[in-house]
Order: sequence, then C-alpha cells, then structure tokens
Amino acid sequence: MTAPHRSVVITGLGTICSIADSPDTFWESLCDGTTSISAIESFDASGFTSQLAGQVSAKVRDWVPKSYRKATKVMARDTELGVIAAKIASDHAGLLTSGSDEGDTGFQINPARTGCQIGAGLIAADTAEMSRAVVTATDSSGAFNTKEWGTEDDGQAGMNNLPPLWLLKYLPNMPACHVTIIHGLQGPSNTIMGAEAGALLSIIESTRVIRRNAADMCLTGGAESRINPLGLLRWDYAGRLAESVADADPSEIIKPFDPSSQGSIMGEAGGMLVVEEETHANKRGATAYARITGYATTQSINPTLPIFDEDPADDEALSRAIDIAIAQAGLSPQDINAVLPLGIGDANLDAREAGAIRRSLGDHAETVPLVTLTERIGNTLSAHAGLMTATGALILHHQHLPALTRTLNNSGVYTPDKNTPIQHILICTSSLAGQCSALVLSKI
Amino acid sequence: MSTNQPLPDDQRVVITGAGWVTPLGTDIDTVWERLLNAESAVAPITHFDASTFATNFAAEVRDFKLSDFIEDDGLHSTAGLSTQYALAACQNAFKAAKLDQHSIDPARIGVYLGAGEGVLDYEPYMAANVAAWDHEARAFNPKAWADTAYAGMTPAPELEQEPQLTALHIARRFKAQGPNLNCMTACAASTQAIGEAAELIRMGEADAMIAGGCHAMIHTLGITGFIRLTAMSTRRDDPSTASRPFDVSRNGFVMGEGAGIVILESLASAKKRGANILAEISGFGSTADAYRITDIHPDGQGGAGAMKLALEQAGIDPHELDEHGNPLVQWINAHGTSTQENDKTESNAVRSVFQDNAMKVPFSSVKSMLGHLIQAAGAVELITCLKAIETGKIPPTANLKEIDPVCGLDHIPGQARDCNPTGGVNATLSNSFGFGGQNDCVCLTKYTG
Repeated sequence: MTAPHRSVVITGLGTICSIADSPDTFWESLCDGTTSISAIESFDASGFTSQLAGQVSAKVRDWVPKSYRKATKVMARDTELGVIAAKIASDHAGLLTSGSDEGDTGFQINPARTGCQIGAGLIAADTAEMSRAVVTATDSSGAFNTKEWGTEDDGQAGMNNLPPLWLLKYLPNMPACHVTIIHGLQGPSNTIMGAEAGALLSIIESTRVIRRNAADMCLTGGAESRINPLGLLRWDYAGRLAESVADADPSEIIKPFDPSSQGSIMGEAGGMLVVEEETHANKRGATAYARITGYATTQSINPTLPIFDEDPADDEALSRAIDIAIAQAGLSPQDINAVLPLGIGDANLDAREAGAIRRSLGDHAETVPLVTLTERIGNTLSAHAGLMTATGALILHHQHLPALTRTLNNSGVYTPDKNTPIQHILICTSSLAGQCSALVLSKI
Repeated sequence: MSTNQPLPDDQRVVITGAGWVTPLGTDIDTVWERLLNAESAVAPITHFDASTFATNFAAEVRDFKLSDFIEDDGLHSTAGLSTQYALAACQNAFKAAKLDQHSIDPARIGVYLGAGEGVLDYEPYMAANVAAWDHEARAFNPKAWADTAYAGMTPAPELEQEPQLTALHIARRFKAQGPNLNCMTACAASTQAIGEAAELIRMGEADAMIAGGCHAMIHTLGITGFIRLTAMSTRRDDPSTASRPFDVSRNGFVMGEGAGIVILESLASAKKRGANILAEISGFGSTADAYRITDIHPDGQGGAGAMKLALEQAGIDPHELDEHGNPLVQWINAHGTSTQENDKTESNAVRSVFQDNAMKVPFSSVKSMLGHLIQAAGAVELITCLKAIETGKIPPTANLKEIDPVCGLDHIPGQARDCNPTGGVNATLSNSFGFGGQNDCVCLTKYTG
C-alpha cells in the first residue's frame, strides 16, 4: 500500500430489515436471537418454489421529509429501503442534512465533501403494472406484439399504459439518487452491482474515496428487495433459494453452515452506514463504533452457477481477499476474534465458504466465533453485507457476541469468554457472480 | 494531488490498450476515420419491429458475431448481447496492450465495468405477463404469472441479465482475478468505472484494470422507457440527422449500443513490460447534483464540479493559455446528448469552469454520429479522446447547422479540426452525466515520460 492513509471509522448505522428498524432494535434482536422469516405477504406467492422471506413492514412515507412524499411514488421497494436505511444512519451519526427532521440538531454536513455509495441489484419492473399494460397490445393470436405497443401509424398505443416516469422507477442508481437528493450529498456517488457482496464493495469504495481525500464522509452500504415475482423466479433459477411452502418452519430450512440445511431464503433490507475520516469524526465529537483497518476485493473465476460446470471445493478468491485484508490491517489470522461470513444456507455454498475461511485462518477457523444473519432475516442480497458490517461494529462497540453465535467445528453454540476483549472482526462474502470481498473492523 | 511534483510511477495510471464495438464499426482506426468524416450510424431499428414507435430509429451495431473476435470454446455460450460486445472489445484491447504476449500476475489484474443490464428474454417474459392478467377481475394474478413463467422462462437468459455477469465473463476469459466491480450510474457509468479503476491502481490494489462498459438497450422496453420520458428524438422523417447536439432544433437523444474497454495500468507496470503507452489518466472528478430525479441542475454545477476536480488532479489551470493563446485543454468530449436540457446546462458548466477561455476550448459531441451508448458511452468516448491525442485531430459535432445561442461555444460544427498546426492535442476532458444527477469527468493527457 501507498503512503500513510487517512483512517476511516464507522459513525452511523442504518438498519432496516425483518428484525429491526433502528440500530438499537437491531442489536436487541441479534442478542435475543430473534428471527423473522415468514410467508410472503406482498403478493400471492403460491406459484413459486420458495414462498418464505424476511420482510419489512416500514413505509417509506414515514421516513422522508414532508416535501419529498410525492417523490416516493416513483420509488421501487429497493429504493424505499435504501432511503429508509440512509435516514436511520444519518440520524444515528448525528448528521444534520437537508433530509433531517424539523427541529433536529446535529453536525451540519458539507455537501461537496459527503459522498454516497450504494450496493443495489437489478430492480424488477412491477409485474402487475407490466401485465396490465401489455394486454392492451396483443395481436390476433393473443401474443404481445410491438406493433400494437407503439403510438404511431396503426399502433394501439399500449405503451401509454405505462406511466411517463416508468423507467426512472427501475434504474438501479435510483436508491443513490434519491438518497443524495434527500440529504443533499454532492460528493462522489456510485451504485455498485454485486449481489451479496454489493454493500461491502460499496463500503470499500467509500473507504477509498475518503482515503484519497475526495470526501470526508460517505453514506454507504446497500439495499435490495427481490420479493416480487420476477425477482423470486430469477433467484430460484440462480440456484440460491430453498423450496419452501408458506407454512413451512424456516428454522428447519435455513441452517447456515449446517450440512442438513435445505437452502437459502430471500430477505429484503437496507443496510447503510456513515463512514468518516477519523479526525473529522473526532473533531465533531462523533461516536465511532469501529475502525476500518483492512479491506480487499477479489474475483473468483469459477463461482457456483447453474450455467457453469465447475464447482471447486473451496473459494480460493474469497480466501485471497481475507488474507489481503488481514495483512493490510497488520494482523495475523489468530488476531481475528469473530468472523461474520455470508452463510447463505445452501450446504454446498456454505461448505465452499467454510473452505475459504479454513484456508485463510488455519486451525483458528475451527473455533473462531461465527455470526450469520441469514437465518434471522434471509439473504438480503445487496443490503446484506451492510447489515453484516453494522453487526460487526455493534459487537466491537458493546464488546459481546450476539445469540446464535456458532463455530465451524460445530462444537455447538459458542459462549464467549467475557474477560477477553473483542479487538478485530472479519467480515467476508462472495457473491452470485464470484465477486469476493473482505473487511477487517477493529475496536476503537 | 497537483502534478507539479510528478507522482511516482506506481501512482501514475496509463492506458496501454483499447477496444470498442460501436454502431460505426469495431476497428478503432476505421471508426475514427468515419467520425472525422462526420458519418452517422443512425437508421431505422432492425433489432425488433419498432415501426409504430414514436422513435423508430437508433444507432445499431450491425453484423456482429462474437466468433469473429474470440474462439468459441463454450465459455460464453449463454452470454447476452451486451456481454458479447464487452468480450469483443476487451479482446481487441488485450491484443493492443500485448497482454496476450506479456503476463501480469492474474491476481493483480482487476475489472471495473459500467456494464448495463442484459436484454430481457421477451417471448416467455411477455407470455407470462399476458397470461397473468385476469380480464374479468381486471387484476394481476401472480399464480398465473408464475405458472407461465416457470414453463417458458429458462435459467441462463435470466441469469445473464444480471449486469455483474459481464464482469464475470471478462474475468473468466482474461483470467483477471483481482478486484472486480460493476457500477450502474446510468449514462455516467463507464466514465465512473474508468475513473474509479484508475484510483484503485493508484492505491496499490491492482497493477492493471480492465475498465469500460457496455450496453444494449435497443429493445422494446429499453426504447419504450425513454419514449415515455420524452427524452428521445422523434425525427422519424430524418433519422440520420436526428442526433444534433447544440443545434437550435435538437429534440432529444438517439439510442446507440456497444462497448468500450481500455486497459489501465500503473506506469511502473507498463514500463516494466515495455508496453506501448497510449495516454495518461491524469485526473478524475465525480460529483452528485443532489437536485432532482428528472432534471439536471440548471447551472450545471455538478458537471462543472466534476470537470474542476479532474483538472485540479491533473494540475491543469483552466485559465492559463499556451504560446498559441489556446487553453491547456484542447478538446472537451461533451456528454452532448442532443436533449434541450443537457446541451444547455453542459455548456453553462463549461463556461463556469473555463470562464473567459470557454469560447477557445473545442467542445464537440460524437453522439451526433454514434448515438448515445448509455452505460457504454463514456468508455467509447474516452477512446475517441485517446485518438484525438494520438492524431492531433478533433471529431466534429455532425448535423449541427445552427448553434443554439444558449449553448454557443466552439462546438466544431460539421467538420473535423486538425490541431497539429497549433501543437496538437495534449489534454482532453471527457464528460458523462447520468440520470438522477451523477457527474463524472476524466482528464486524459499525452504521455510525455
């Protein structure tokens, strides 16, 4: 690495998922071992293979300034979750932005020096809206026909059944666009597509942006919801969902790192953080929850996908990311006090992830405490690593491990030694397309 | 980050190879000649029946076959169209950079793309949408949708629509196992990808990055989305001149498609393997408007901010003149979409950055000929900057008959300009602005050692 860099700390947590709508409730739920995975409610999912999900009930209207309520009509669910999570994170960090509530006090941000990086997924066009529109443009055989869709010549103007701003609802950069507009963030802004790694890739990019002095702080993380017909179908086709009927017991289906796990379950969430240059945070008297001391991103060229034949036993690329991140933090594997992996719940994918952790941590991998979120909230895709990072920051801040902590050697539930300080936490994940990332958080 | 003191070689980023797939062709020099000759690639749409669409024309990539570029070894048999464009462009970039002959540690080669989403698998997708509408109840039936979708839609085409699959295909083909990212900031994406990729090299995370973007939006819903936004030209009677940035009569952009890939490399790595250095990435600026989802800030302050940051990093003062009395930037490759709003605000942004010198900076848009390649636009346009630096020539804004006074800068109407008599092209800016207010600018300069 180059010259001494600007240190980056986490000063705000924005957690919206099936078990929490604030950092406090998130931590309480983690410590209580709360899980919330249930039958899909937003539409009749009886025709789908996987009918359970971790769902969020919050309504975005309650989380935006009054003047912005009208704009929520053009927000897809993914955007709503990003907007809610960003608001929670900004408030938690004590920031005063154009998105703060009337009468709020806090640190007035400098717009040009505040960035925004959000991990997001492809946002599926609303199938109900599309269905209603396309049936106006069918030919004599009953099939959709583009000639009937157009407005000119003899076209039946079917496309006019889609609202004028239709496209804007589904651009993946909309979570970041709405967040920058609501909070007045004018620094570097990006939208990174990385499925389960998306939020970590974004947090790492924010760290780079701050280290290279292009911003002092960033709202960063991810948001996604694929709890819709097209999203569910595609994730099922990607081989990343368990079969599950609506009244199934989720605890019997998704069991991270347990060979008897039947597969993964979808979740929706927003996981956003405020990351900040350390002296900037200190100067304004902010609470820093953790310091980012190491990170790395790598690519696996043989991820487990139904379109490829290979399926190696462990993930060399994820292991490489872990190694680089630990080395960058100036640590050895034994210094890691807890690991927060994805643990998607698919026995094959979990074995592969465990292989990478073993490759990097050696013997230490067997007994280091593991904390996963998938069994509590489902696989929340682009939001997931944002919530994993928030979990890591909370563990370091509170100095104890949540309920449901386990170990790779399956020695049962891990009971931490209360007298041993938790100094360093490793967060790591691979993703659908083999993008891997690792982050080391250290105690302040 | 001023370059008054030259940075060490491992923190300087150069381009050592480039490749593209554009509506005017796939060979760099051929396309460049066509751009200098103001040729338009815009014509009626052939990819699907768009005859009744208010915009029934686009700049399509014609006669493209991936097998003309890479051997078909089954590795990419399921790849979508935009991924195929990216693979072809990358293959040419790799060859140009001689990376097929020299090797860099695969763990030290990364990928940063602004790849767009893949094309929908229309037939089964639309069949599901049609089947799901319950005409009697006037309601959507998710069960009926699922039944039809599971019967007709298949895994590979659905998976390949995920935009990060493009970066995976590239990584597999070219054995790039370093950092791998894909960003989607609409029309700014591939400029942002290239800028961030360069920063990643500067920070020591990789020795080389495959950077750029691709997009293929000339399909039913791609065109529909922009028609509904009234963002596209509807000049059905004269498609080839429909894209006319900065002209008083401009009435929207014209869709293009394709891919642009550059090989970025630390100067240290390029020198070590004796690579041919094409130009240097000297500056990158990225800002957000934080204004409105549908509109650009009327002052163009976000775009201006991105240009200022890029110039600052490059150590170029926009107010300084050279011995010929010209500014130190010889060309701004405009975002220049041919929409009323963009061209006006972008011109305002250039005025606010260059002030008294604004009229002296050539500022043209190749979108007048190539159309708007959306997420691929920035990368393809950066390659035109590379060619401008190499040849000392600047492509014109085609179809520009009457300059709109609200734009009113040196837009190079109709005819290319040869800058060699005044010292050639040493520095360029390439602007890309995305829907929702993301602004990116890359400053590319001649490599002089």
